[in-house]
Amino acid sequence: MEPQSMYQEIILDHYRNPHHKGLREPFDAEVHHVNPVCGDEVTLRVSLKDVGAEPVVDDVSYDSLGCSISQASASVMSDLVIGRPVSEAMAISQAFLELMQSKGAGEPDEDVLEDAVAFVGVSKYPARIKCALLGWMAWKDATAQAMEVGQ
Amino acid sequence: MSVFPQHLDVEAVRADFPILSRTVRNDKPLVYLDSGATSQKPVQVLDAERAFYTEHNSAAHRGAHLLGEEATDAYENARITVAAFIGADPGEIVFTKSATEAINLVAYAMSNARSGRLHLGPGDEVLVTEMEHHANLVPWQQLCERTGATLRWFRVTPEGRLDLDDIDTLITGRTKIVAVTHQSNVTGTIPPVAEIARAAHEQGALVLADGAQSVPHQPVDVAALGVDFLAFSGHKMLAPYGIGVLFGRAEVLEEMPPFLTGGSMIEVVRMEGSTFMPPPQRFEPGVPPAAQAVGLAAACDYLSALGMANVAAHEESLTAYALDTLGAIGGVRILGPLTTKDRGGAVSFDVQDVHPHDVGQILDEFGVAVRADHHCAWPLHRALGVAASTRASFYLYNTHAEIDVLADAIRYAQRFFGAPVG
Repeated sequence: MEPQSMYQEIILDHYRNPHHKGLREPFDAEVHHVNPVCGDEVTLRVSLKDVGAEPVVDDVSYDSLGCSISQASASVMSDLVIGRPVSEAMAISQAFLELMQSKGAGEPDEDVLEDAVAFVGVSKYPARIKCALLGWMAWKDATAQAMEVGQ
Repeated sequence: MSVFPQHLDVEAVRADFPILSRTVRNDKPLVYLDSGATSQKPVQVLDAERAFYTEHNSAAHRGAHLLGEEATDAYENARITVAAFIGADPGEIVFTKSATEAINLVAYAMSNARSGRLHLGPGDEVLVTEMEHHANLVPWQQLCERTGATLRWFRVTPEGRLDLDDIDTLITGRTKIVAVTHQSNVTGTIPPVAEIARAAHEQGALVLADGAQSVPHQPVDVAALGVDFLAFSGHKMLAPYGIGVLFGRAEVLEEMPPFLTGGSMIEVVRMEGSTFMPPPQRFEPGVPPAAQAVGLAAACDYLSALGMANVAAHEESLTAYALDTLGAIGGVRILGPLTTKDRGGAVSFDVQDVHPHDVGQILDEFGVAVRADHHCAWPLHRALGVAASTRASFYLYNTHAEIDVLADAIRYAQRFFGAPVG
């Protein structure tokens, strides 16, 4: 029995004590994403601020209903993107997407993905990849909308 | 050896299903508890389908050659077998690709009807239930959108039964069709379809039963059921994918316009327009799925040889054991009826503080295959107060010992996630 191959302790920690959870003001965009397979959902808000020439992720807040993987992933995601320039956060998002598509063969860069490297085991289970991506996709969507608002 | 009554020789049955002897994750024996999604297939069905391809394959109902005749015979004999399986006449059996297509066939034919009892428009009503699989809900929502008719529905009680208190206000002279499941794919609930059909017919409404979860698991006789339509799928009853059935009472099919049109279903085609064959050919355009129909007939033969009453009795024994065993686990809430009265062998449950996906993942580590989501019945889950659930569904090849494995795996999942057990 090796459920730990997917459920690494880091993931369970984030699941039990999610970071940045709860909807907060102010925000520039809010999205609601659903996984149509299981009905899991996330409402996510993004607030951006301009620092010099580049927008920076000022805050990400969310309310969500879902499995350990989707909950933990949203928590890890918020840790990773808050305080970063949008371009940098988008690059991390892309790195995470590639990790999820790696079928367990990914060799994630811990300097880039930090706690998110723990999700490498999830990529071996095709049915769970959407769970891990739910929060990330919501963040990307909300950020894109917030950028449009800003223009 | 077993203390359970023997309705089937389960070990002999299991020997007919090669997949049941394979191992899965962690080299665990497969414990297949997902027959509500799709059943496994016995060698008798696989051999019948293969024999059609290796000996008789050609396009049924066309071709000026011997193979064409043999394929046509095989296809039409399959229709006779399937008809007998549910007490219908062969002319009342329309082969479709699935139960979903069978239901859509009726819904689209109704919006194609320009008059008569199949026609509907603003002021007319379509009655469904909150318990339906999306396949017996969304087509009716769409029919109402196309025609301006109104969708109404029976509610579900907290126990997961149909709430029939409002039956007299829900079934009225405005009701054109009542579409109801004959066995819930989530709670196993078996609604009183015959009673609903009587009430509907008194008001002149048609009745369609979704038999996708009933025909594979209990003896079904369309005359006793009293419905106008019964839809079911082959792949949930030991048969191949790609074959479903719409039973329609002869006089109703006779007045029903086609849904899908094209070759084979026509009588005369001119550039100005076409006329159509009588049922069932009117509803079967294109080269028919003869090999799949042969497979379905072999599945019916397999089930009939065992006896559907024995299949149902075996499943009832498994369901009773599962309700007792899972019901005894603290922190586990079973959705739907807690006894086997009017209840089939789909047992969905909620494990407190563990998401169904996580339950399913841990069960998979034990080799236990279940479904973990809303089972294409989202409104029912809402009515029962959960977002999703884990479902174990049983069939003729399952054993009581497999339910013990399931229970052990659930307890492991609770420990793993630190879930409350009291």
